[in-house]
Amino acid sequence: MAELGQIATKIRSKNAGPFWLTIDIFCGDRAAFDRVSEGLSTDRVAALFRVPAETLKRFDIADLCVVKFSLPRPQVQGTGRDRDMHGAAWAVLLEEVEIN
Amino acid sequence: MPKVRVLVPTGALGLGYDRAALARGVAENPDIIAVDGGSTDSGPAYLGRAVSKYSRASTREEWRDLMLARARAGVPLVIGTAGTCGADETVDWLFEITLELAAELGQEIRVARLYSGQKHDEMARALADGRITALPGAPEVDEGTIRACTHIVALAGAEQIAAALATGADIVIAGRTTDTAIIAALPLMRGCHAGAAWHGAKIGECGALATTNPATGTIRIDFDDTGFTMEPLAPSARATPYTVSAHMLYENSDPYILHEPGGHLDVRASRYTAISDRAVRVEGSEWVKGPYSVKLEGARVAGYQAISLTLLRDRRYVANARVWCDDIIGRAREKVATRMGLPEADFEIEMRLVGQDATLGPLETGTAVPNEIGVLTIVTAPEEKQAVEIAKILNPYLLHHALTEDEPMPTFAFPFSPAETSRGALYEFCLHHTLATEDPMAPFRLVVDEVGHG
Repeated sequence: MAELGQIATKIRSKNAGPFWLTIDIFCGDRAAFDRVSEGLSTDRVAALFRVPAETLKRFDIADLCVVKFSLPRPQVQGTGRDRDMHGAAWAVLLEEVEIN
Repeated sequence: MPKVRVLVPTGALGLGYDRAALARGVAENPDIIAVDGGSTDSGPAYLGRAVSKYSRASTREEWRDLMLARARAGVPLVIGTAGTCGADETVDWLFEITLELAAELGQEIRVARLYSGQKHDEMARALADGRITALPGAPEVDEGTIRACTHIVALAGAEQIAAALATGADIVIAGRTTDTAIIAALPLMRGCHAGAAWHGAKIGECGALATTNPATGTIRIDFDDTGFTMEPLAPSARATPYTVSAHMLYENSDPYILHEPGGHLDVRASRYTAISDRAVRVEGSEWVKGPYSVKLEGARVAGYQAISLTLLRDRRYVANARVWCDDIIGRAREKVATRMGLPEADFEIEMRLVGQDATLGPLETGTAVPNEIGVLTIVTAPEEKQAVEIAKILNPYLLHHALTEDEPMPTFAFPFSPAETSRGALYEFCLHHTLATEDPMAPFRLVVDEVGHG
């Protein structure tokens, strides 16, 4: 077991417009990509955000060694309950997840 | 020879760039200089207020450099989403700066302003006519939502930028546009490959972000009949097939598709080739035509906020901060209802624990106990004076509230006097919709001026 942040070279979360969040897991090489692609289930990521798995879009991009998730923003950007205008800190939730 | 060479000085005006790289780009005979001026990424207040995020002084300084670069290159300079939000007011703000600089630099130029602002009545009519369509994840919208917006803008595409360039303008100051439109417009006007025009524009929209050294800013993109070639202009930056292809991921919910007015870009068949150790050639990108529509953005006031910061350093209070806050919120809410007569549903008091879970809130998974906690109290109410009044009702609790009844009265640290600060209006984005329009120019206005001619 290891934290995703230690397996990936970079995990980035960004707004994809005010209503969507997108998270890019840059794995760096094919071995890390395979490990993340197989070891990180969509259900697991959905649970971190406490949303149903079907609200997530998932892309396993072997050419780039990237696993990408997009989801409706947990809070719409800039609303009273939003805590993170640029959506950048949600990446930490993924960084601290342990996978095989 | 490339058919169209686009010079992108930086990812956004106000972010800075490598001056030597810009000079090199100007010397390489670009056909146009294109720079982005904004984005929704900094939140709804900029559109809500129709103001720029960046300082006027920084904007003026960088815009001055670009106006000089344009004069040397003898080609049009175009900026999209002027003044962060691309409202009519921020277009005029940059126009005013342009007038000052034209006089200062002795430039005689033609300036086209492309306005993206939308009128409430026309938007209400479009909604009633069924010409406004929700995008995935959009909030519910009715006529009241539209009328409540302080500002609504439509995102111009390549057609509207082309119309502005066709006036023979030396400078185009565009209101809200898609990030890509300002780069794609000229290649499309000159008959370059449409898929390449949009794909190259997406790769170039953030300047050197799709290279190994994003901070250098400046890049050039050559467009032709079959593809595009991208190369950064600072010696320290390199474009590689990886940095270029990975940029489709950036701020895009689908890494293969990019929606634009009048169609979408599909990069599933794109081929990325290194043609040197610093330049990348891309071919095979496809533009798929669709019905013509433009995206809308709108912001409205969602209440007024007052905030305060209280620091907890006492270990017992740090360990029990959430309990302490919940107790205060309960007591203060009751007082607000009885003393101000404000119904409980009309206001909100939130206390975020900086050091514990202020960033992720209920999603926080960490459990470490910090040395201290900053309690960020956020009050939201229908009127500004009510928000401040509620923050003042909270004040005695924040200063002295004890966890238990039988302990000596504690006092907590306040870094500021007055303790509370009014944040003014809280804005929220309330449109995530498209507007169908047969005539791409119908929702936009073009104004052309001769500037600096005395």
